[in-house]
Amino acid sequence: MTIEARGVVKSFGAFKALDGVDLKVANGELLALLGPSGSGKTTLLRIIAGLEWPDAGEILFDGENALDRGARERHVGFVFQHYALFRHMNVFENVAFGLRVQPRRIRKTEAQIRARVKELLDLVQLDWLADRYPSQLSGGQRQRIALARALAIEPRILLLDEPFGALDAKVRKELRQWLRTLHHSINVTSIFVTHDQEEALEVAHRVVVMDKGRIEQVGSPSDVYDSPATAFVHGFIGESIMLPVEVTGGAVHLNGRPLDIAVEGGAAGASTLFVRRHDMLIGPADSGTLHGAVTHVRSFGPVQRAEIALTEGSTIEIDAPRDRELRIGDRVGLKPRHYRIFAGG
Amino acid sequence: MSVLAPRRSTLPGFGLTMGLTLTWLSLIVLIPLAGLFVRSTDLSLAQFWDIVTSRRTLSALKISFGLSFAAACVNLVMGTIVVWALVRYRFPGRRLFDAIVDVPFALPTAVAGVALTALFAQKGWLGAPLAAMGIKVAFTPLGIFIAMIFIGIPFVVRTVQPVLIDLDPEIEEAAASLGASRWHIVTKVILPSLTPALLTGFALAFARAVGEYGSVIFIAGNLPNVSEIAPLLIVIRLSEFRYADATAIAVVMLVVAFVIIFAVNRLQRWAQSQAST
Ligand SMILES: Nc1ncnc2c1ncn2[C@@H]1O[C@H](COP(=O)(O)OP(=O)(O)OP(=O)(O)O)[C@@H](O)[C@H]1O
Ligand SMILES: [Mg+2]
Repeated sequence: MTIEARGVVKSFGAFKALDGVDLKVANGELLALLGPSGSGKTTLLRIIAGLEWPDAGEILFDGENALDRGARERHVGFVFQHYALFRHMNVFENVAFGLRVQPRRIRKTEAQIRARVKELLDLVQLDWLADRYPSQLSGGQRQRIALARALAIEPRILLLDEPFGALDAKVRKELRQWLRTLHHSINVTSIFVTHDQEEALEVAHRVVVMDKGRIEQVGSPSDVYDSPATAFVHGFIGESIMLPVEVTGGAVHLNGRPLDIAVEGGAAGASTLFVRRHDMLIGPADSGTLHGAVTHVRSFGPVQRAEIALTEGSTIEIDAPRDRELRIGDRVGLKPRHYRIFAGG
Repeated sequence: MSVLAPRRSTLPGFGLTMGLTLTWLSLIVLIPLAGLFVRSTDLSLAQFWDIVTSRRTLSALKISFGLSFAAACVNLVMGTIVVWALVRYRFPGRRLFDAIVDVPFALPTAVAGVALTALFAQKGWLGAPLAAMGIKVAFTPLGIFIAMIFIGIPFVVRTVQPVLIDLDPEIEEAAASLGASRWHIVTKVILPSLTPALLTGFALAFARAVGEYGSVIFIAGNLPNVSEIAPLLIVIRLSEFRYADATAIAVVMLVVAFVIIFAVNRLQRWAQSQAST
């Protein structure tokens, strides 16, 4: 099933939580919704699920208007950030809920329901927990039960609101891979919200970056990482060095001094130079176009992270390979390998 | 939460609070009750049995407990509906209604009794039309029943209200997105979540009705064996200086009430253990 949002606007009082959102999700796609807190991710998800109604705009499922149907008729599986499991029901009954409340004429028999719940619990690998109550489960287990419950109704669309938000880093990693495999096997159109960019880039087919109720960029993980469409996306995805620069007369100036880099389409005026930390090449003091002294070094994994006080005034953090050892006080020259210049300070 | 001392509790002051609690409960509740039992030992077992199984005592106990139970049941249902309306809907006068719920709490019981009697008397506002339909309320067990409903309703409303307000709306949204109808959401999700609070409200309303005296005796008519409640019978025995008789009835009331409250308490604990996070 495809999902389409057209010009969706939603205000809470005077505050615009969604400010004209257009989005198309292909059938069977796994889409990540990424953005800072308060950017409207949950609101968009809730509108798609029918738990909230937009002030303007349209939601189409397979080209048909979804807004004239309530949450109950939309067949959307929704996994809440805080699970929202039924505390008075055990795991089995939680998962069975969607099947038990079906209209009588299409309701499955008790035996069919049991078989289906068993199947789902096997799918989330928690069949041994069927008799437990939600209070007796770990966070990761609750999350998977919430997912099994949402899948029970064979939803046409699956929406997950920060499915791994409340879990520790290790469990997140496991569940991330597990979600990707699961999506591969059931292949239902899915949107999941996260503000963990690594999660989004690793799991999703496409990534939607939102800010302040607007979509900043939609693209494959490599698109948004390698060619960010806006300053916001560049700053939000991956770790970037940001330097305030001035574009005048076809040259880039930092604190009045011209830099030896091309303008590459940046408009004249106050701008910001964005460079990924690992794209700032480090060399001897007389090389490069930026210069400074190392003030702090931390080494971990394959890189060393150095804090460098530029002679132009700012302090930046870069990631350098460990083959060249840096020491505090070293004077270095820097040159960006890849960079982007966006208008605006 | 266990009543037994956890060996390594994270909460300090367990010994002190437990000691204070037990001392206080003993002074305020247990010693007077013990006095009651001691008093009743003035009677031989046979005498005790005679008093307790006399027709008048049995009728009074039956009326007190039976009608209290029925009234608590009505309050459970109606109280739940009232709470639902107060919490879930916005209508003009909602705050006023919310305040009115407390009136039975605050009103002196004698005032409530007089007011209800006037209302349901043969010529009263409600009594007259009911009489025309052949229903007599004042000075019958039906009157007792109505008085008990009146004084019990705030207990259900006030215990359930905060729980319903705090109920996570996501639970209902989850149910709706799973395809549940409004009816299923209420019966399968909301009511079960409210069960512990409903049971508490029920127990309180019931206990209050059993112990109610002031408002009931005005409207009851107090005919022995028909509309005489047990607390009134105790007072009558006292005024006749038959102290032992009075204590015997009191002891029976105490034991029955305790058993019922204890049972509800267990039920409620069980419901809570099912619903805890
Ligand atoms: N029911 C509501 N009433 C008023 N304001 C709301 C309501 N729901 C959301 N908002 C506001 O709308 C904005 C977007 O909220 P939303 O929950 O969609 O953010 P989000 O992107 O999911 O953030 P987070 O990552 O923190 O979950 C926020 O500023 C929030 O305060
Ligand atoms: Mg959110």
